[in-house]
Amino acid sequence: MGLRRLVLFSPGNWWLLLVALKCSEASPDLNESTNSSAQQEPNAWFAAASSEADEKIPVFALDYDYVQIPYEVTLWILLASLAKIGFHLYHRLPGLMPESCLLIIVGALVGAIIFGTDHKSPPVMDSSIYFLYLLPPIVLEGGYFMPTRPFFENIGSILWWAGLGALINAFGIGLSLYLICQIKAFGLSDVNLLQNLLFGSLISAVDPVAVLAVFEEAHVNEPLYMMIFGEALLNDGISVVLYNILIAFTKMHKFEDIEPVDILAGCARFIIVGVGGVFFGVIFGFISAFITRFTQNISAIEPLIVFMFSYLSYLAAETLYLSGILAITACAVTMKKYYFMKMLSSVSETLIFIFMGVSTIGKNHEWNWAFICFTLVFCQIWRAISVFALFYVSNQFRTFPFSIKDQCIIFYSGVRGAGSFSLAFLLPLSLFPRKKMFVTATLVVIYFTVFIQGITIGPLVRYLDVKKTNKKESINEELHIRLMDHLKAGIEDVCGQWSHYQVRDKFKKFDHRYLRKILIRKNQPKSSIVSLYKKLEMKQAIEMVETGILSSTAFSVPQQAQRIHGTKRLSPEDVESMRDILTHNMYQVRQRTLSYNKYNLRPQTSEKQAKEILIRRQNTLRESMRKGHSLPWGKPAGTKNIRYLSFPYGHPQPARRDPRAAGFTGNDSSDSELPSIMFKAHSRTGTLQERRLTHEIIPMKSLPSGGKPCHVRYPRHTSQEEHVGPGRREALRPKPLFHAVDEEFESGEESEEESSASGSRWSAEPRPSRQHHRSHSPLLQRK
Amino acid sequence: MGNRLLDSSSGGAQCGLGGERRRMMEPGGWGRGRRMSPASRWWLPSSGVTDVFLSLSPPPFLPLPCFSVSSDQIEQLHRRFKQLSGDQPTIRKENFNNVPDLELNPIRSKIVRAFFDNRNLRKGSSGLADEINFEDFLTIMSYFRPIDTTMDEEQVQLCRKEKLRFLFHMYDSDSDGRITLEEYRNVVEELLSGNPHIEKESARSIADGAMMEAASVCVGQMEPDQVYEGITFDDFLKIWQGIDIETKMHVRFLNMETIALCH
Repeated sequence: MGLRRLVLFSPGNWWLLLVALKCSEASPDLNESTNSSAQQEPNAWFAAASSEADEKIPVFALDYDYVQIPYEVTLWILLASLAKIGFHLYHRLPGLMPESCLLIIVGALVGAIIFGTDHKSPPVMDSSIYFLYLLPPIVLEGGYFMPTRPFFENIGSILWWAGLGALINAFGIGLSLYLICQIKAFGLSDVNLLQNLLFGSLISAVDPVAVLAVFEEAHVNEPLYMMIFGEALLNDGISVVLYNILIAFTKMHKFEDIEPVDILAGCARFIIVGVGGVFFGVIFGFISAFITRFTQNISAIEPLIVFMFSYLSYLAAETLYLSGILAITACAVTMKKYYFMKMLSSVSETLIFIFMGVSTIGKNHEWNWAFICFTLVFCQIWRAISVFALFYVSNQFRTFPFSIKDQCIIFYSGVRGAGSFSLAFLLPLSLFPRKKMFVTATLVVIYFTVFIQGITIGPLVRYLDVKKTNKKESINEELHIRLMDHLKAGIEDVCGQWSHYQVRDKFKKFDHRYLRKILIRKNQPKSSIVSLYKKLEMKQAIEMVETGILSSTAFSVPQQAQRIHGTKRLSPEDVESMRDILTHNMYQVRQRTLSYNKYNLRPQTSEKQAKEILIRRQNTLRESMRKGHSLPWGKPAGTKNIRYLSFPYGHPQPARRDPRAAGFTGNDSSDSELPSIMFKAHSRTGTLQERRLTHEIIPMKSLPSGGKPCHVRYPRHTSQEEHVGPGRREALRPKPLFHAVDEEFESGEESEEESSASGSRWSAEPRPSRQHHRSHSPLLQRK
Repeated sequence: MGNRLLDSSSGGAQCGLGGERRRMMEPGGWGRGRRMSPASRWWLPSSGVTDVFLSLSPPPFLPLPCFSVSSDQIEQLHRRFKQLSGDQPTIRKENFNNVPDLELNPIRSKIVRAFFDNRNLRKGSSGLADEINFEDFLTIMSYFRPIDTTMDEEQVQLCRKEKLRFLFHMYDSDSDGRITLEEYRNVVEELLSGNPHIEKESARSIADGAMMEAASVCVGQMEPDQVYEGITFDDFLKIWQGIDIETKMHVRFLNMETIALCH
């Protein structure tokens, strides 16, 4: 299914690519003075410039070599992006296979073309390019998207598992392969122990991002999710450190024997490199957070500063031979607390995956059955060993141990990815005569894990019925959990105990009193929660509203109709306060649900578009308010706070209404009825499943006073059947409400996750069902 | 993170805590020297504590929750109790003012109140006790025990229900068995009171939204003339369905080697 989609959009793109390739072949002929060997030279793009040209000035010249690398890289990325679009057009496909599969397939296709045309792929991958440019953004993103709270709640287990697990895997695989290499029959006797260890270290770098996506969709329990996340976050760093140290050993081994002292030094170095990297990261994180305090007027520069500081921490750490990866991770984590931004880092990963595909097809392989099969087997065995052993230990210390099922899932989620491949590809040929075999084995492992495990882990998670998380993303839950947090901290205070929750509390207080004052600029509008993720929450609110619109289109058509015929003018205050309330509400709900997904960045909505969406939403709300003739209150309640969704009318706001919204407000009709708001919060987490839709009906006006405490009356609202209200207001709402679900809207539901643009599209379309706008919701009846 | 690790390190950490702990270290205070104060002997697990306990606090409407504590913990708690009460047999509300850390807790009053709530103490269906003794204190603490993984499904459910009931009582301040909108709003306002910049209005609207949501979850489709008067305990259970309170509502330190007292 997906392939068909792929084909739909691909030809144009491939045509471009083919043109490019043709050109590159043609260029030596056209440009006589170019060295014929230019294609073989890595710096081919300088060749044309440096060569002696003809005296005549050519009227038309083609100098493809000059632009070859950026040109082809750009084409790759474009191709991958288009492939991703196609991948998500068919909305069930992402649920079936991870996106890395797609990238690899595309890469393989490109590789096939390159191979077929005998073209040489540009030297994108080389040690310095990878470590200096491609790797940092990938790691940085992981740090930014880390859900801080659950991470630190499970930090002991995470460090234990991610740290020791990587080591056990690396050494386990390396040593077992070394034993295999001793068997003469396999023809591997020239592979020595160090090389095996090195291979073990690079093959043990798991990249479970695809698994995380699956987990998120299946809502597995939080500790399990955090284990895999922590592994994704830390594993890269550990493997790379190990890799570099082993490379150093190998170089050394070439000239002299390794003494025990060296091994000890290596271990010490491993620790210093790691700790030093983290230290650097934290320092730079704080500096950067401090600097962003002063950037309020030039906020455009903030992302730059944040990125540059992270990068600087990486480079600085690398200068001192510390782990830049751990530095940048720590830096991102530190800053995240004070500043939030989204990183567009998928580019480098896309590149690596594509390059992986490209290099799959070619002649640079050495297929050794024994080595490859045993690698595959040992990868699984050692992962199993490390999982069960390490979790057996750490379970002794956990209040709620990981079940066997959880451990099975963790075992199965050992998907290798871009990291392993890059490290294998970057092995220096001089030290590793059998590099080709290593690369081939790595590729096989990656392909096996990405395709087989990556595709089957979703069904497995469902089959094993892993304990689900309870992320229903409801306001109630959020409130209850918060209450419980405070309660627990309070109880501990009462008991005079100093433990987990209190540590957190104390840090919060410290954070609040000192760090924040230093690091966050003073005049940020609201303190603590709200100010931190202001931008984020705005975006999320918009997202929610957007999806709310989408789901409402899909769910109950009359709202659509009503929206179009929005009649009542919106007062700017209402818009503003609704927006406020939305953001507050959304923030409360979604604070912890920052989802981490390397491949899918959330759609960015421009401010303007956002406003438009919000205002349209207002129209819907207002419209349904207008339709709510009757109060959904059972008994009149008596106090001033009955203004249910209380808008601060006292604050005049600048008019921020969209002209389009004004256009909607033409035909006023009965405004005098008591309004209520249909408020629909639909959570969107990028998954395919429909989430629970919550409808909320919020009456807006004060009620006639009475003595009773307030009671809320929640009329039905999801009924699909016709309903004729028996009340005295029947005349005002004569029509059945939910009778016109046309297919168009149902298809709207399908396209829910596709793009943000469709959100406005649906709402912008004038519905033909004009007659509905007179219909009244049975929800709003009362006796 | 392992609780044992925590426990072993907590001693050192506590010393830096300041006032409270220092008081405990004073000679004649509640240091470790006084291991067996007479008042703390009755609970020792040697002599049918279960019966004692049950008879001391007869469950008015529900059986005791799963309750297992080690003697160490009880001793510890007893020391703390004495410290809070100022060496008196009972604690009054004012005694909680002595807990400095509690001051910053936004729901401080609710927490303190929960200690004196007759419903939580199993002494009645409403009202507040003036003072609580150590048994009562333990009863309250027992709500915060982690659920034992060895328990069977039924016991887990029972535990869960007990814990939720405690929470429910925190919301339901007038003991009418419902969380009304007013009560809900109060709680939310208190929760958000730590942040002076959040207006009451928004706190209210959050509570309102939550209430709506609760209604839609609990009642689903309502008849047009139906009135949702508040969240009953059953509704509360419904809202909590699927949320594993077992892993959330517990205080870690109560979770050392335990002796089951009422299985």
